[in-house]
Amino acid sequence: MDKLFGKAVKRVEDPRFITGTGNYTDDLTLPGMVEAAMVRSPYAHARIKGIDASKALATPGVMAVITGQEMKDAGINGIPTGWLHAGIKTPPHYAIAPDKARHVGDIVAAVVATSRQIAEDAAALVEVDWEPLDAVSLGSEALKAGAPSVHDEAPDNVCFTWSLGDKAANEAVFAGAYKTVKLNIRNQRLVPSAMEPRASLAQYVKASDEYTLWTTSQNPHIHRLLIAAFIMGIPEHKLRVIAPDVGGGFGSKIYQYPEEIIVLYASKKLNKPVKWTARRSESFVTDSHGRDHETVAELAVDKDHKMIGLRVDTIANMGAYLTTFAPAVPTYLYGTLLAGCYKTPNIYVHVTAPFSHTVPVDAYRGAGRPEATYLLERLADVMAHELGEDPLEFRRKNFIQPEEFPYQTPVALVYDSGNYEPAMEKAMELIGYKELRRQQEEGRKNGKYIGIGAITFLEACGLAPSAVVGSLGAQAGQWESALVRVHATGKVEVTTGSHSHGQGHETAFAQVVADELQIPMEDITIVHGDTGRMAHGWGSYGSRSAPVGLSAIVMASRKITDKAKKIAAHLLEASPDDIVHEGGKFMVKGVPDKSKSFFDISLMAHLAHNYPADLEPGLEANHFYDPKNFVFPFGTHIAVVEVDPDTGKVALKRYLSVDDCGPVINPLIADGQVHGGVAQGLGQALLEEAVYDAEGQILSGNFMEYTMPRADDMVQLEHGYTVTPSPHNPLGVKGIGEAGTIASTAAVANAVLDALRPFGINHLDMPYTPQKVWKAIQDARAVGQAAD
Amino acid sequence: MSEKVKVSITVNGATHHDEVEPRTLLVYYLREHLGLTGTHVGCDTSQCGACTVHLDGQAVKSCTMFAVQADGGSVTTIEGIGSVGNLHPVQEGFWEMHGLQCGFCTPGMIMAAADLLNKNPNPSDGEIRHALEGNLCRCTGYHNIVKAVQYAADKMAGKVGAAD
Repeated sequence: MDKLFGKAVKRVEDPRFITGTGNYTDDLTLPGMVEAAMVRSPYAHARIKGIDASKALATPGVMAVITGQEMKDAGINGIPTGWLHAGIKTPPHYAIAPDKARHVGDIVAAVVATSRQIAEDAAALVEVDWEPLDAVSLGSEALKAGAPSVHDEAPDNVCFTWSLGDKAANEAVFAGAYKTVKLNIRNQRLVPSAMEPRASLAQYVKASDEYTLWTTSQNPHIHRLLIAAFIMGIPEHKLRVIAPDVGGGFGSKIYQYPEEIIVLYASKKLNKPVKWTARRSESFVTDSHGRDHETVAELAVDKDHKMIGLRVDTIANMGAYLTTFAPAVPTYLYGTLLAGCYKTPNIYVHVTAPFSHTVPVDAYRGAGRPEATYLLERLADVMAHELGEDPLEFRRKNFIQPEEFPYQTPVALVYDSGNYEPAMEKAMELIGYKELRRQQEEGRKNGKYIGIGAITFLEACGLAPSAVVGSLGAQAGQWESALVRVHATGKVEVTTGSHSHGQGHETAFAQVVADELQIPMEDITIVHGDTGRMAHGWGSYGSRSAPVGLSAIVMASRKITDKAKKIAAHLLEASPDDIVHEGGKFMVKGVPDKSKSFFDISLMAHLAHNYPADLEPGLEANHFYDPKNFVFPFGTHIAVVEVDPDTGKVALKRYLSVDDCGPVINPLIADGQVHGGVAQGLGQALLEEAVYDAEGQILSGNFMEYTMPRADDMVQLEHGYTVTPSPHNPLGVKGIGEAGTIASTAAVANAVLDALRPFGINHLDMPYTPQKVWKAIQDARAVGQAAD
Repeated sequence: MSEKVKVSITVNGATHHDEVEPRTLLVYYLREHLGLTGTHVGCDTSQCGACTVHLDGQAVKSCTMFAVQADGGSVTTIEGIGSVGNLHPVQEGFWEMHGLQCGFCTPGMIMAAADLLNKNPNPSDGEIRHALEGNLCRCTGYHNIVKAVQYAADKMAGKVGAAD
């Protein structure tokens, strides 16, 4: 049988999506269902002196107005964070704020009515007696003496501080350096903006005291755990969480959100199914944001242009509350990535994480790793320029060499495998790097400002070895589980704790199972996103589905094959050790005409009429897979842009990626992940920014103000791969979901600043909007003229 | 609440006589009154195009008009443009070229692309990108969406065989 691993198989999930028969949470309607609308704070910081719901309650169709105090009195706890650091402040985060609103969009009441329209109308009639208070939105402002406190538990707004490395040794390295460069870098706040707005539908069944929650989630099992064990105090087996078709996540659908708790509470209170669906404008003030770092970063080299020291001081804005994985993002997913592909022997990183009166910040595609890559690759470019060296040659000189793996970095991680130079060589060759540089030189003579941003990157993904993350503060395991169930007719149902919200698991996972069991892919269904069908799991984020979730499936499939061999041995009157599994058949070694098909075995496993005495009937296996290490995809990305100096407009001309994610399961899907990731990273570099004013009002609160990449911002992308397998999982696979985003922000940013080099512009903060670029050029010209 | 108004709208070939609130947006009429949930709502400012349908042969954003404005009109939604086993060439193109990931923007993209090909059967890369400017996708970087539309154009021009 031909292997399906590596084949560009068309996606099996597509027919429902292209015909409008997908099943997203807001598409669901249950008998007797009512709908909820939230009353949200218009202030970034305000005390709730009173709530008068009488007008809302008098509206025909309104069934309830729920307040934070009511839910507190009913014993509903706050939403916990899933990651703790030493000394971290974890003030309570109630689904509905009982006393104070701490960001614009914080929920202060919920209205439930017979229709969404009535609920929204009535929400506008809820009168809140506000006492507006001073607010602070920028992280560095929140840390200033006298800044308004977000929580009484952290009067100075410091949620936690974190550091890694030896500060004194680092200072000594910098003191003896041949050259150092320093950048003040802002990694702006982003709004993830999956195209499907969040939605939740809860159904409480009184007779059995059971809840079902349909919700837009990347990880329904995490919701079940948090809601059951921590927030509502109900047994886990009484709560089923279903994440049906989910329209993108990018991190923003990992977290436990208030609305999910509110609809569950309301469903029990009213004994009716209750649905809530976000308006997009709500998404902007409720879905976790990403990035938001203010950093001072310095790089030191020796006289041979070898990186010898890096130091990074970051203020990472947490927003008003800690969401599920927030404390991990600017620490263990950021500081530990600062070595990149390079042999920098001494790295010191210090992070201060303040609260502010803004939407909480948590993982957004790449989560910490794009922030690390961006600053490292900006520093590398600035340093290469200072040294008068080609930026890629400077990087090449500093690469960790293939024979040095496994490689212990100075920032805790042990890289399992890597081979960085071939990826760089391939990228240079595919794009014609030298010719590009020549064209750039020539263009500059003619007033044409071409920029080339060439970066190398590395990421740690495949989250994660449970013991390791547990020792670092995770309040969760990070293994994954799978169940492979073979029916009597040989049809196979595979359930996984991984969740697909666009990644194509139903196809890619089925390809691999088809290879393992040597049966047609059509005979396999991948089931995900339902705690009622898959008992355990941790979901999809951190590019963990292939290296962790699929590894669990592979191991479970191999258990099936092992058992099938025992059944075959019995039927063929041979020893199990003599049974081989080839060409879809189980046969006696050397006797190909003595064989049994997968169907024969499956049927006998279920009938158990002629069956080994010491074997259980049935053919199903589960497996819990805990990875031994992270996996470390890497690559080289090159962006080419042209800047129009008269308008400041940046146009993307070419974009080439060479990625190494290990063996590629389905190139169609892998390419797609890179395309989308690159677009998101480019969005950060050129277009996107969540802008808050000093009072905590969001100024870019919808798609008219928050600029998402559109079709004509992009070009057809060019790509290639190198293949360096991970040595520690059964398929050698790594992740590809986040690589594009991790790499492309830095590549596009470096390209823009490379284009602006002739103006003497050393650094600019993203996004490189026409206005910002135009102004920078004007300012630089003014300085130039003044100097003349 | 205002009084309901009678409308008569043909959707995917079937005529529906209904009473709606005057403020009911066409998209909610389709989703909530008719149960045609293939048309999605991705924003509230007419920016994302997830709600794109055809009204009397023209692509419109169904979140940006009232159901009463479609009174007497003929609407085609994603459910009406083709079905499994009988896909519209644009639907087929999206499947063949991996033009979708999460699928949420896909119905609107397909309806916008079909409208483009009705008007311009042989669009360039730039014309496709321009025509789809009103539709946001967060997953694909638009790369394979452009290829999907090109595939559909070729298919409609008879350049691609059904077996290809």
